[in-house]
Amino acid sequence: MVKFLLDEFEPAQLSNLLGQEVAIAGEGVSRALIVTPEQLIATMEALVTKLGFDYLGDLTSVDRGAEGLEVVYHLYSLTNQREIRVKAKVDAETATVPTVTTIWPGADWFEREVYDLMGISFAGHPNMTRLLLPEDFEGHPLRKSYKLQKRV
Amino acid sequence: MNSNPDLLTSLAGSIRSVLSPLIGNPDGVDMAMYGVGLLAVITLIFTNAVILVWGERKVAGFMQSRYGPNRLGPWGLFQSIADVLKLMSKEDYRPKLVDKWVWALAPIIMFAPAVAAYAVLPFGKDLVPVDLNIGIFYFIAVSSITTIPLLMAGWGSNNKYSLIGGMRAVAQMVSYEIPLVFSMLGAIMLVGSLKMSSIVEAQSHIWFVFLQPVAFLVYVIAATAETNRAPFDLVEGESEIVAGPLTEYSGMRWAMFFLGEYANLLAVSAIASAVFLGGWQPLPLPGALGDMMHAIPGWIWFALKTYIMIFVFMWFRWTFPRFRVDQLMGFGWKVLLPLSLANILVTGVGIFLYRVAIGG
Amino acid sequence: MQTQTYELNMGPQHPSTHGVLRIILELDGEVVVKATPVIGYLHRGIEKICEGKTYGQTIPFTDRMDYMHSMNNNLGLCQAVEKLMGLEVPERAEYIRVIMAELSRIASHMIYAGALVNDLGGVTGFVFLIRDRERILELFNKACGARMTFNYIRIGGVQQDVPEGWVEECRRFVDDFPEMMHTYNGLIMGNEIFQARMKDIAILPPDRAVAMAASGGVLRASGVNYDVRKDDPYGIYDRFDFDVPLGTKGDNWDRFIVRMQEMEQSIRIIDQALKQMPEGPVMAKVPKVIKPPVGEVYHHVENSKGDLGYYVVSDGGMKPYRWHARRPAMVNLQLLDELCRGYKIADVVAILGTLDPVLGEVDC
Repeated sequence: MVKFLLDEFEPAQLSNLLGQEVAIAGEGVSRALIVTPEQLIATMEALVTKLGFDYLGDLTSVDRGAEGLEVVYHLYSLTNQREIRVKAKVDAETATVPTVTTIWPGADWFEREVYDLMGISFAGHPNMTRLLLPEDFEGHPLRKSYKLQKRV
Repeated sequence: MNSNPDLLTSLAGSIRSVLSPLIGNPDGVDMAMYGVGLLAVITLIFTNAVILVWGERKVAGFMQSRYGPNRLGPWGLFQSIADVLKLMSKEDYRPKLVDKWVWALAPIIMFAPAVAAYAVLPFGKDLVPVDLNIGIFYFIAVSSITTIPLLMAGWGSNNKYSLIGGMRAVAQMVSYEIPLVFSMLGAIMLVGSLKMSSIVEAQSHIWFVFLQPVAFLVYVIAATAETNRAPFDLVEGESEIVAGPLTEYSGMRWAMFFLGEYANLLAVSAIASAVFLGGWQPLPLPGALGDMMHAIPGWIWFALKTYIMIFVFMWFRWTFPRFRVDQLMGFGWKVLLPLSLANILVTGVGIFLYRVAIGG
Repeated sequence: MQTQTYELNMGPQHPSTHGVLRIILELDGEVVVKATPVIGYLHRGIEKICEGKTYGQTIPFTDRMDYMHSMNNNLGLCQAVEKLMGLEVPERAEYIRVIMAELSRIASHMIYAGALVNDLGGVTGFVFLIRDRERILELFNKACGARMTFNYIRIGGVQQDVPEGWVEECRRFVDDFPEMMHTYNGLIMGNEIFQARMKDIAILPPDRAVAMAASGGVLRASGVNYDVRKDDPYGIYDRFDFDVPLGTKGDNWDRFIVRMQEMEQSIRIIDQALKQMPEGPVMAKVPKVIKPPVGEVYHHVENSKGDLGYYVVSDGGMKPYRWHARRPAMVNLQLLDELCRGYKIADVVAILGTLDPVLGEVDC
């Protein structure tokens, strides 16, 4: 049975383990570990090395409107059968977080998709170009500010 | 042996007797008879292609537990006629950037040697259009021209898929030509003649397939590769290179390739039946049964054996997946070639020992 | 002699790119130097569209993602929303869901294997697989009136109970399956040429497969034991006894054979489910207007392509605030370049076949 990491450890314990001051938001199935873009790589590396999160389940993003953007990582540990949700909060103007392709090479297309549809760029990504939409497409459709056109 | 003239030879005889008084000069009559033969061969190729297209689909249907064509005419027999009409009525489309002459000539050059090869096929006793004393050599020489139009089509189409296909065609057909020829060499050594009618006559007691089983096997495999049929259909290889050299062709131009392909299929099957399966010789059965077999005209035997070979080739096509290009070359050079060479050696030794035994 | 590489544009119109995938191949003669997949030709913006639909209305869109394994796509989304709402699904509905999802998995693997042999030039194998898949589609047709896009599994249960006689027909299919497998064994797996084409081609080491976030048959062929049905059992999967077939080498052959063995395991699951299935309602008491509480949920299921995840964010309203699908086919397709390098053009279609992308899912 898969364990949810936040069930296993107290927030203080976790901060200690990861060597970062991390916050926890939400409750029940919505719980997530919140980090800043600066903390992201160090936290992820600690999660991989200390807690065995070797598998990148999902990488996506949410536009929270006035509260900025969130990059959401769902991690899974094949060795310990644990899962965790990590969120990196970033404001809509800078919209840049460091890439995790250095930790999980498989994050490549995930990050390109987020860049394409949400307009968050990943610093250090080897090929930060659009994935699904054509090169000359304007705007990033998943942003809440993107206006859908009427049927043409 | 039954030497009574059958339907086709007596037909040829009566045409000759009609033409003789009209032309007078015996050489002129011979020339006219060649013309009649050519006409007959071309008719054969066309009707045969139509039947084979239908037959191929029916065989495919049979292999895949479905019906195949069954709407147009009895058992869907007219389906290929409809196909021919459709192909003929299609627009003659020429892509803009093709090499005009090379591209347009390729289908014609594909078709011509296929027709020429039929000159030496022994359709029956006294039914060889031109019974050359180097018949089988001529056949090999003419049929190897087929490589060139495929390369022309590949090069002239100005399409990368076509070019890859053309290159594959050359590599494959040149490599498999060698085991193909070597496999027939054993039979030729037994006969001591390259003449088609002599090769068939020599098999009146025992078919060469029993004396040369390995050679027959090598021949069938190499012939499949020579006709570019599955599992050696790398030249067209539709799931890899779309349609290879044929990618840019449509309508009648494409149909010419198709026609050439089926003409080649018939030709290699005919050679298989002539060299290994006794050609027009009936089944060598003893007693009254044998006499009954002899009552059936030779050309029917020949056609029967040829079509059985064709069925075998179709069977291959609808059963096997395709080889990869390196596996194909490896198989040709490392397996088939040594095998056919060994066969020649064994045959030679066998003939020598036989002669010693007879002489001693 | 000096030679140079050239570029070949494979697709978006090509007989064996499984839809509208474009691969830019850099070739040295027949040998692949680099293969760049270009995707997006089938992008419909499902994630954006779903933000404007109610939760129930988003289910049909999942049908159109991986249209080969639609039942499981329905299931994943519905379970995600149920998880968020804390909804209990009636027993019978759970069993029907499992049977449908596993039947759908078999149908998907049949297409996978058929398309693969077809790409290798063996058309006959394809026809036999398609013929047997027809029986599954007919079962679906009887249960919900659709053959491809079902919209059958709904939030809270399934749309309707299976009709009379359906269970018996399904049972007959389960009983006939070993014979079908026997046919494929003779026609496809037993074929020397097919084996020669597949074995030792495009080897994917296990650590690389994990690092590239591969999942499903691609990951398991490399010997990594990760099947969501076993590792993170959803629904009632913990009640069934089945094995997770694993490969040893991670070559094309393993990626193929693992899925063929998975079909047999799916039959085992269906067999048990048919035996255990209770009577009862097939739909929970679900409010007319589905308004999950504020929050977010990530739920993943084992799709025929791999680990299919749904991430649904609710703001308490009728429509999802954010709707995201983790599409395994897209993630697996990333591997195409590194697997193809150094192999021949003919291997590209085989490798692509074993990665089993469905472009509706890749492009979403």
